[in-house]
Amino acid sequence: MAERLLLRHRDIPGLEDLDVYLKHGGFKALRQAVTGMSPQQVIDEVKASGLRGRGGAGFPAGLKWSFLTPGVFPRYVVANADESEPGTFKDRELLESNPYQFLEGLAVCAYAAQAGTAYVYCRGEFWDLAEALEWHIGRLRLRGLLGERLFGTEFSLEIHVHLGAGAYICGEETALLDSLEGKLGQPRLRPPFPAAEGLYGKPTVINNVETLANLPPILSRGAAWYKTIGTEKSPGPKIFCLSGCVARPGNYELPLGTTFRELIFTHGGGIPEGRRIKAILPAGASSSILPASEAVLDTPMDYESVAAIGSALGSASVIVLDDTVDLAWAALKTTRFFKHESCGKCTPCREGTYWMLHIAERIHAGKGTREDVALLEAVARQIQGKCLCALGEFSTMPVVSAMEHFRADFEQHTAGGR
Amino acid sequence: MSDQRVTLTIDDVTVTVLAGTLIVDAAKQAGIHIPVFCYHPKMEPVGMCRMCLVEIGRPRRERATGAAVLGPDGQPLIDFNPKLETACTTPVGEGWVVRGLTEKPRAGRREVLEFLLTSHPLDCPVCDKGGECPLQNLTMAHGPGKSRFVYDEKMHLAKHVPLGELIVLDRERCIQCGRCVRFQDEIVGEPVIGFFERGRKLEIVSFSEPGFDSVFSGNTTDICPVGALTTTDFRFEARPWELHAAASICTHCPVGCNLTLNIRRQPNARGQILVQRVMPRQNEAVNEIWICDKGRFGHHFAASPERLNAPLVRQDGRLVEVGWDEALVHAADGLRRANGRIIGLGGGRAANEDLYQLRALVEGLGGRTALSEWMAGGALVQHFGAGSQFDFGRLGAGDAVLVLASDLQEEAPLWWLRIKQAADRGAAVYVAGVRPTRLEAHATHTLRYPAGEAVKTAVGLLHAVRGGEDLAGFRGDDSLRAVGTALKEARELVVLYGREALDAAGTEALARACAGLLTASGHAGRPGSGLIAVWPKANTQGAWEIGLRPQADGLAAALAGAAAALIVAADPAGDDPALAESIEKAGFVVVQELFLTETARRADVVFPAQAFTEREGSFTSGERRVQRFFPAVPPRPGTRPDWLILADLGERLGLSLVKSSASAVFDAMAAEIVAYAGLSYQALSWVEPQWPIVGGDDLYYGGTAYRNDQGLGAKLPALAERGTTVEVPWVAPAEPPSGGDVLLIPVDRLLDAGTTLRPTKELDPRRARAQAMLNAQDAAGWGVADGDEVEAAWDGRTARLAAVVSEAVPAGCVLIPRSVGVPLDAPAAGNLVAARERA
Repeated sequence: MAERLLLRHRDIPGLEDLDVYLKHGGFKALRQAVTGMSPQQVIDEVKASGLRGRGGAGFPAGLKWSFLTPGVFPRYVVANADESEPGTFKDRELLESNPYQFLEGLAVCAYAAQAGTAYVYCRGEFWDLAEALEWHIGRLRLRGLLGERLFGTEFSLEIHVHLGAGAYICGEETALLDSLEGKLGQPRLRPPFPAAEGLYGKPTVINNVETLANLPPILSRGAAWYKTIGTEKSPGPKIFCLSGCVARPGNYELPLGTTFRELIFTHGGGIPEGRRIKAILPAGASSSILPASEAVLDTPMDYESVAAIGSALGSASVIVLDDTVDLAWAALKTTRFFKHESCGKCTPCREGTYWMLHIAERIHAGKGTREDVALLEAVARQIQGKCLCALGEFSTMPVVSAMEHFRADFEQHTAGGR
Repeated sequence: MSDQRVTLTIDDVTVTVLAGTLIVDAAKQAGIHIPVFCYHPKMEPVGMCRMCLVEIGRPRRERATGAAVLGPDGQPLIDFNPKLETACTTPVGEGWVVRGLTEKPRAGRREVLEFLLTSHPLDCPVCDKGGECPLQNLTMAHGPGKSRFVYDEKMHLAKHVPLGELIVLDRERCIQCGRCVRFQDEIVGEPVIGFFERGRKLEIVSFSEPGFDSVFSGNTTDICPVGALTTTDFRFEARPWELHAAASICTHCPVGCNLTLNIRRQPNARGQILVQRVMPRQNEAVNEIWICDKGRFGHHFAASPERLNAPLVRQDGRLVEVGWDEALVHAADGLRRANGRIIGLGGGRAANEDLYQLRALVEGLGGRTALSEWMAGGALVQHFGAGSQFDFGRLGAGDAVLVLASDLQEEAPLWWLRIKQAADRGAAVYVAGVRPTRLEAHATHTLRYPAGEAVKTAVGLLHAVRGGEDLAGFRGDDSLRAVGTALKEARELVVLYGREALDAAGTEALARACAGLLTASGHAGRPGSGLIAVWPKANTQGAWEIGLRPQADGLAAALAGAAAALIVAADPAGDDPALAESIEKAGFVVVQELFLTETARRADVVFPAQAFTEREGSFTSGERRVQRFFPAVPPRPGTRPDWLILADLGERLGLSLVKSSASAVFDAMAAEIVAYAGLSYQALSWVEPQWPIVGGDDLYYGGTAYRNDQGLGAKLPALAERGTTVEVPWVAPAEPPSGGDVLLIPVDRLLDAGTTLRPTKELDPRRARAQAMLNAQDAAGWGVADGDEVEAAWDGRTARLAAVVSEAVPAGCVLIPRSVGVPLDAPAAGNLVAARERA
């Protein structure tokens, strides 16, 4: 077992205690950055590490920071802790059990962005975690690790926790910003991107919890070391959230580029009760469903390789479906989710998910015809390419891919030759 | 936006527009329709409805040099984005090729419409918007003929959701475009409605108490692209295609908003032809495409059954109906007997033609005229007034607006709105008043002065502008100096003054100080700057142009001392009981009126006049723009326009007044009145293309505001623009009235309880009431609680009022709305006691 960099609490009991965290090298990276590096040097180091955003899009973190409009202040840093993707539960474990590494990463990011204020936007259901975070932040203040003139420098930082109201859309970074500003959580038009006009119209960096938790090890051990983990284009460790029809579901910290087969069969213990693997949702509900062919199972889980086989790594929420699962049912589940979570701002997503759900329900209830199956696919394709944000697009992916690989699952409900 | 121009191709048409223009606007400028629902040219794009999808091709460029790559035919290679893009959010680019008519965007639009219609009730046959509905029109143009959606799965939602007393939401029809929400937020700055919930449950709700608490609410029904928002006034009343349209001008305030009156023969009103609704008519220099709710809903008085239908003559102490000839003979006899000791009292409600005829008649008889409104300064407005190029819409960064002694949203809502937008564009707005008003939220700086110190504040500013003088005698000298410097340095400066907490002499002194300020700051005579009076009536400025003046030495004495009074469009007895006594003392009283007012009740002869909906004429707005209104409905039988009544009277008195037409009266007036020299009735009908395009085929784009085909009016130049200078010595400010515990200050309420607004019943819940507003400290001191009945006493008068405790009232002051039957038209010192103490 390789050393864990993110889920360190599994090896170090009590890591959620600040003293324990400090004893194990905590806040050395922040001190090192603030006292010994310029913000630009931090950005350069993170760029050199090749760290890519762990929220789903996989955008290079250092590059994102370098887009901040120069000379415009104040700037803000926002941690996206609105972890809402079905089958994703990695940020939750980090926040619960290794919160200081995340907060240290957030502080490093704020220093690099020259932001004096950072926000943690927690999904509404994380109210207990939000309370705990407030407590942890209070501890940091008491220890002088947050607040005015950190480590005797000019750098000051405050971190505030904000609780969402339970909307999936607020994981989308611009909807998150609107929600944080007290508005209805709906995505903004882009451009302008948050790096130019983000929170309260000021340059803003938004990063996922896991992304930020990667920063302390990168700074303390160096970009070159970090790049030895994972693949060339997708370096570093990744927490894979394994769920569905597997013997040992859970979070697994593995290098990017680990194959589906290794995750599911070596770490996850395979499919229980001798059933066969049928399909994989590699990124929760938000990507195309992959048929579990040998070639798919041998695909390395990095951003490029999963894209190359027609899906996306996203937040690496691997949901395994076995041969007892009806893909029409699975598509119904994802559609219901997206219909429930559509923010309603743009027409195709608002109306299209509502329509798709009605057709999918009709089919699943055995009241549909083959024309309905074709219609479901047509409506999904009709949504594609028209939405304001990526979430509308996501809603179509499980449907269209399930239809492509498992059409019989849909048509079996229309038995009777209708 | 720079002056740089960009050339691109849209639907095979080559278009050259300013860099930064959105594709959707570039297309519209070239006459190309790109369908939109959420986009509106007056608001920021949001890209929500996805209707404006286009295919965009961009010239391929060399990476290193940026030069266009040419194909084998020597033409630039164009790379088309495989994804459709929204034309409403994408600014144009040089050499781009935009396609909206190829298969891909056509399919995209068809598909978006199919989506929109899945949730739409398709109740066009009973929908008020049917016939002028963007969704209906764009479905006909771009939509699928048939939906694949199962009708039974449609979402059913509430169809009658009042957002306030005036606006009703039909949730099924709403397509969540957010135009209404954005209008209130971006344009008005009063975000009282918003989206609630999410997804298909997304709905418009009002957050305010009372609901939809904004005087601009009606405009949302014009820009709503479906029948989701309707007014309670028009809902289920008529179909748009049954309506005829007549151009008009709003008579409620000095802004002079351009209106279209939609009329229809009404089966449930015995076949009368009635005004069905009032719509904005585009005039980008006056009201753009907006009107306030008073203008939109306050038209019912014209159709009131209380209107006078026949001349009345006093016989045996009672007014009895007689024929026109008898009444005219009787009135002419009375006027002749006065032997020149006649006062002709005109009100700013009357049109230019009426007031001109009044002057011609009265002066022809050797009498003199007077203006019913006491507020002063109209001659200074003529001289320093808003210049020939003045337009609130052009004010922005580097310009300044100063508002003194006026609660502008209540007194002239569209000026308020346009100043707010000027502030949004970067103009500096300075507000000086005795109490907080809604404009202060948008002010760069607020100068608060104690009641009675408006003039002192203005004079202080004048000194500050001149610089170097001692400001110690003036309150808040530091901020005065800063504001004074800013006013001096402004590119354009407009000064608006009102009459709040002032008496007649106070307004005269304030107007002088403002004129002096404009002179000292170097803005007098600039075509884009000037002085504007916030008059109480629509045509008060017109009355000044024609030569009517308030009676500086007191109207009461002038009326009481006259052998005859001829009163047109004014109700002095209703305004002030003291004037009622004077009218009773006047020898012989002739009144021209719509209603049997308090003044008319005391008259010897009453002539029934025509309402603005029934006749034509012109008004001169506070900005000094002369604008025409047109007949919309047939006149009430038995009524005549005021100008004609005066000509008829003149005929019987041997004076030949113009009688042939309003147009001829106007031309005679233009020949005689210097201010109107060179104008003709026809010249007022001058139009030019305006942006954004509204109405007609373009109503999906700009909304259902009417295009202006009937005249943009004529802007009078300020006399100062001709280079003539006058020295305006400022007069020392008068001391505030003293002799009581409190200062009673009358204030204007937009939704008043006056004769012309009372017939609009929808406005009842928000109408001004007999209230005394006072601050918490004073209330506690006098043992008065919110809602208590109190008695105000001043000058030997008393009024019973309901106490309203408000932090927006300065200490020692009690604010009482005008129009509520309290005879207080100027500030007075008095007392306030809880009514229970008296009982």
